[in-house]
Amino acid sequence: MEYILEAKKVNKYFRNPVLFHVLKDISFGIRPGEFTSIMGKSGCGKSTLLYILSTMDTDYEGELLLNNTKVTGRPRAELAYIRNQQIGFVFQFHYLLPEFSVLDNVMLPARKLGTKSYKQIKMDAMEKLDLLGIKDQAHKKASMISGGQKQRVSIARALINNPKIIMGDEPTGNLDSKNAENVFNIFKDLSVEKNLSLLIVTHDMDFAKKTDRIIEMADGEILHSNALAGVRSEE
Amino acid sequence: MYKFKVIFDITRTHLSSRIKQTGTATLGVTFGIGTYIIMMSFMTGLNGMLDDLILNRTPHIHLYNEIKPSEKQPVDLHQKIQQSLNVVHSVKPKKSQLRIHNALPLISHLKDDPRVKGISPQIVAKVFYLAGSNELNGVINGIHPLEEVRLFNFDNYIIEGRPEDLIKTRNGILIGAGIADKMSLSTGDRIQVSTTTGGIFPLKIVGIFQSGLGDIDNIQSYVNLKTAQQLLGEGNSYITDINIKLWDMENAFEMSEAIGRQFNLTAIDAKTANAQFETGTSIRNLISYSVSITLLIVAGFGIYNILNMLIYEKMNDIAILKATGFSGFDVKMIFISQAVIIGLVGGILGLLIGYVVSVLISQAPFETEALPTITTYPVNFDPNFYITGIIFAMVSTFLAGYLPARKAQKIDPVEIIRGQ
Ligand SMILES: Nc1ncnc2c1ncn2[C@@H]1O[C@H](COP(=O)(O)OP(=O)(O)O)[C@@H](O)[C@H]1O
Ligand SMILES: [Mg+2]
Repeated sequence: MEYILEAKKVNKYFRNPVLFHVLKDISFGIRPGEFTSIMGKSGCGKSTLLYILSTMDTDYEGELLLNNTKVTGRPRAELAYIRNQQIGFVFQFHYLLPEFSVLDNVMLPARKLGTKSYKQIKMDAMEKLDLLGIKDQAHKKASMISGGQKQRVSIARALINNPKIIMGDEPTGNLDSKNAENVFNIFKDLSVEKNLSLLIVTHDMDFAKKTDRIIEMADGEILHSNALAGVRSEE
Repeated sequence: MYKFKVIFDITRTHLSSRIKQTGTATLGVTFGIGTYIIMMSFMTGLNGMLDDLILNRTPHIHLYNEIKPSEKQPVDLHQKIQQSLNVVHSVKPKKSQLRIHNALPLISHLKDDPRVKGISPQIVAKVFYLAGSNELNGVINGIHPLEEVRLFNFDNYIIEGRPEDLIKTRNGILIGAGIADKMSLSTGDRIQVSTTTGGIFPLKIVGIFQSGLGDIDNIQSYVNLKTAQQLLGEGNSYITDINIKLWDMENAFEMSEAIGRQFNLTAIDAKTANAQFETGTSIRNLISYSVSITLLIVAGFGIYNILNMLIYEKMNDIAILKATGFSGFDVKMIFISQAVIIGLVGGILGLLIGYVVSVLISQAPFETEALPTITTYPVNFDPNFYITGIIFAMVSTFLAGYLPARKAQKIDPVEIIRGQ
């Protein structure tokens, strides 16, 4: 089976303040172009799982594979490079660098990657901002735009290096229903048109229902990972 | 290939968006370095001047015949009573001459020593100065005027006339400023001197000198060596003192010991004669160094504090950068480069301010009796101070920035993101 991202028997413990088995034997895979949502009660371990999958958290047991290569146990600098190149992350809170312009925020990961010229990166960033409908805000300071706009900027930033997969931790949690709808449509288009894989944590049942597949978690375990609308790659 | 440009852009944005803190930290460094430059330039300038005042005009080794009682009395030499305790009361020095025996061969022997820069033979004679009804006791030094200029900066203390006039004018004399004052004499006047042997000689005043040391200016005069020999009725081998200047003053002690022993003369080296002077120099250096280093350390703590605060404020930025693919090393570089930029800018400003203030000081009027040729404050513009200053600025800010930067490097982005 071709997975873009695969977790094999991932277990995680918190030792403070008491030993707490937060993730229990998590195993699943994401296919290219698949739009997956993760649901579950607050505190069941969704965010913790996402931090592991995004390679930011390395303190876990089990294995994590990206593009069929094991990333578990790699040095931190290498993981940073993998994140930079292959994974886009959208946080619940917008998390932009407030003193930089919108455009600079979007450009930074590409400038770190350093495979394109400054001019090319700037063009790419403008294109992504355009895609998200906020091209006109490009030269404003990131702290000067509205919450919904910030969320779209952080999606543009997640897209800038054309990653294989985008992960989002309740990216629509802070948005009104209209903006949430908007973000969903952007994600949907990306998965359909660009064959991008998406793994989105959400509380919003309406949002989840429209995705290809829902992984439902409870108390650190996967209850079931149903394909709701059928997986496109099998069509 | 490392992407410095993007790191530098982030650094620049951080610095310029916190202009107040950045400015404070920079000014701290500027103040530290500026003070260092001013202190060092001024203090070493002052030391240099005092060197001129005392060490440059004193011979490194001074040879003369001291009249003192013999250490071994004849009774000590008698073999038969050597074991017993011999006490001799009222020992008096034997009458002997002040002249140095075989002075001329001794001088040419010393001149051959490669450590010796020059030698100036002198005659010291006690005299009375007579002008009108005034009578004043004093000392006349017979010298080689040009050698004195070359070796001991004699010309620096002459406020009227020139050293060469002693050679050109027969029976010329350079009198101390105190003598001129007391006897109301000036250049061109005549003065009579009487020697201990009784002769009275008329001399012509060709100039006035001022050493700054009252005890000298009140009694001392200079004449040409020949004139002094004539005054005393002695031949041209009559020399009472030999002053030696070395290339390196550090050799003075060792050499003076050797010469004194070999030729049976009293030999005084400048280090021994001016021990307290050396102490003064090293204490002044110690003070300037400790003040400057204290200031720089305070500036360093300022930077440390400000960067620590900045990193605390920038936790979110650090987490975002790490989440989007910047490594811990990149983050460390961002903060270290902030510290280094503060150090560089503050350091260069400090050098400029230090230089400008030094120039101002060096133009401020400074009148001293001691050095009539000096009219402004002495300042040492040694480029080494500037090089040391900028290196110190860079190193101290680097160290002050390194610890906070390493803390930033180790920040776990997950903890920050989860904390929201
Ligand atoms: N650093 C931590 N130390 C100890 N327990 C933690 C820590 N972070 C999260 N937890 C606990 O782990 C559980 C899962 O947290 P999380 O993954 O944030 O849940 P979710 O995102 O599903 O709401 C929660 O019960 C939370 O209290
Ligand atoms: Mg969560």
